Amino acid sequence: MKPRHKKLAFITLGLSALAVAATLVLNAFQSNLVFFFSPSQVVAKEAPIDKRFRIGGLVEEGSIQRHEGGLMVNFAVTDSAESIPVTYTGILPDLFKEGKGVVAQGKIAANGIFEADEVLAKHDENYMPPEAAMALEQAAKAQQTSLTQ
Amino acid sequence: MAINWFKYSSPASFYSLAGKMIPIFVIAATIFLIAGLYIGFFVAPTDFQQGEAYRIIFIHVPAAWMSMFLYVVMAFWAGIGLAFNTRLSSMVATAIAPTGAMFTFLALWTGSLWGKPMWGTWWVWDARLTSELILLFLYIGFMSLQAAIDDPRRADKAGAILALVGVINIPIIYFSVQWWNTLHQGASVSLNQSPTMATTMLWGMLIMALASWMYSIAMTLMRTRVIILERESHTAWVSELHQKEIAR
Repeated sequence: MKPRHKKLAFITLGLSALAVAATLVLNAFQSNLVFFFSPSQVVAKEAPIDKRFRIGGLVEEGSIQRHEGGLMVNFAVTDSAESIPVTYTGILPDLFKEGKGVVAQGKIAANGIFEADEVLAKHDENYMPPEAAMALEQAAKAQQTSLTQ
Repeated sequence: MAINWFKYSSPASFYSLAGKMIPIFVIAATIFLIAGLYIGFFVAPTDFQQGEAYRIIFIHVPAAWMSMFLYVVMAFWAGIGLAFNTRLSSMVATAIAPTGAMFTFLALWTGSLWGKPMWGTWWVWDARLTSELILLFLYIGFMSLQAAIDDPRRADKAGAILALVGVINIPIIYFSVQWWNTLHQGASVSLNQSPTMATTMLWGMLIMALASWMYSIAMTLMRTRVIILERESHTAWVSELHQKEIAR
């Protein structure tokens, strides 16, 4: 083997080792770096139901029930296909609102209710002044009423 | 008139060229920084869901962009230095690393300050945040590896290999919000769709990004000049320069 060939073989070997390592790391990420599961995945038993995990989705419209004289709150997380009831005691982030994104960590109790010990708000990538948001909302409402009529 | 660009790949001529260019980039960085911060904090409107807290975006996003971009530039020059054995390219790569690490830290830090009031947590181990933290470790690893090897040529080679291997992390950071479920939201500004931001907000962010560019170029040139002096201290032109400085 000439030194030039040796060098070439060395580089090829290095590059293929690198490619294999990258593939393995990405593969591991794929299965482990899932930050949260959707309600549909939970219903389909794809989530590790016997362990603590996170569910993510939108807070279902009209589902928030606050208990008087305490920090306990019930709500439902939905991905518009399935919905999971959640109970949580504690302080909620400011962005926690009906129809907005949420990620809750906890366990599913025997009665099927997800008992969360941490609730985080997940916001979207849209930034605009309140007037613009209001105009958009009104436009959407106008469109809806014209569709139903 | 053709300019002989290769002339500037010699450390001696690059040294004097960089010296002339630094003030231009420092002035540009200052102007863009003042304009960007003014637009960001006084002109741009309040956000409809995050209120005033979203304004950290004007520092966070340019810093995060810069952290990824500088890594690619650093790896590029390190790779050129490795492939063609050009001394100046490796010096530029070494000069970029601290600025890149600074922007990575800034992105993580401001992101944490933003995460607490909005998400309800300083830190989560989601794909975006974790891969950006790995980027910080890559920068620190590059700098410590180079610092640990005494012979500068060998340090350049070892650093270049590390830098090139680490490039794999950049698309992972960028696409993490698309590939996996993350707490971090998707991109507001991307190449293949229109921005999901009000125009004034977008301008503030882009001008701040320009300011970071100018700052990074100025810093890289300054640091490259110091590295050139250090490594070329045995040459005739450096001692000549030294004599001139003393005579002044």
